[in-house]
Amino acid sequence: MPVNTENMIKVFGRPKSMTDVRSTYCPGCHHGILTRIIAQTIDELGIADRTVTIAPVGCAVFAYLWYKCDAVQASHGRASAVATGIKRANPKLIVLSYQGDGDFASIGTAESIHAANRGENITVIFVNNQVYGMTGGEMAPTTLIGQRTTTTPAGRDPGYFGYPIRFSELIATLDAPVYVTRQALYDTRRIMDAEKAIKKAFTYQVEGKGYSLVEVLSTCPTNWHMSPVDANRHVTEVVTKAFPLGDMVDRG
Amino acid sequence: MAKGVVVIDEDRCKGCGLCIAACPQHVLDFSEKINKSGYNYAYMKYPEKCVGCAFCAMTCPDVAIEVYREKVAA
Repeated sequence: MPVNTENMIKVFGRPKSMTDVRSTYCPGCHHGILTRIIAQTIDELGIADRTVTIAPVGCAVFAYLWYKCDAVQASHGRASAVATGIKRANPKLIVLSYQGDGDFASIGTAESIHAANRGENITVIFVNNQVYGMTGGEMAPTTLIGQRTTTTPAGRDPGYFGYPIRFSELIATLDAPVYVTRQALYDTRRIMDAEKAIKKAFTYQVEGKGYSLVEVLSTCPTNWHMSPVDANRHVTEVVTKAFPLGDMVDRG
Repeated sequence: MAKGVVVIDEDRCKGCGLCIAACPQHVLDFSEKINKSGYNYAYMKYPEKCVGCAFCAMTCPDVAIEVYREKVAA
């Protein structure tokens, strides 16, 4: 439908550092919102020419296609280690390690914890949707107790599979990280909070303050077998009880 | 006249409905037509009610929405 926008002010559009490529994410997936927030932050800070994104293995494996900046696709779980190498080789670069929960909190546990413990001056965005999304919805370390996945068809039993890991709380016990926070994207207010948190994390890196981790609770409508709107409600009512939102550390 | 207007990239829309749920003025709805990917895309059902708050665009995971607001005389 053609709309007449003459004599009107554009108040919202695609960020400049975002490409025109259509995302490969499922309908209603919060990865897309997060991609837009990151691109907007890169625009606002004017760091597009010196930002390097580390794409993980998982749903965000094509993350190097979305931004008009340099990128590297790391082996599974090793994004924080690759980010460390890039940052140490050229400290002028702004390095973003974008990882999911299977990548960051399971396969890459060692790399993730030690990068945080060394206080590498990088920004890590950790997308927590409580399942392995890309491979078909298997149990992740963050899967909630009782949650049905393809590998826990009767629901996660903590006696057999253990409890969901609160990775940000673990990182927050270390001395080195300057900023550790958990955000969500289920409504506009939370999206605005997440925008502020991500901007703060990048700003700390630009100022050379050190390691920052922004965990973002995401939905996975496909593997949760819910509509995108119901999935948002599930995050509000259930997931935020297990993973409380807010800043854990802010030493900036 | 409406205070705002949204321009939805119909072919980019995946019909998730998050913008429809986010709109405080209930302007948007699913179209009965489908786009080239086969999704019932979102469209402005009641364009006269739009205030240009951009909540729909903020929630859109595919960044398919542009928002314009009426110029206010200074």
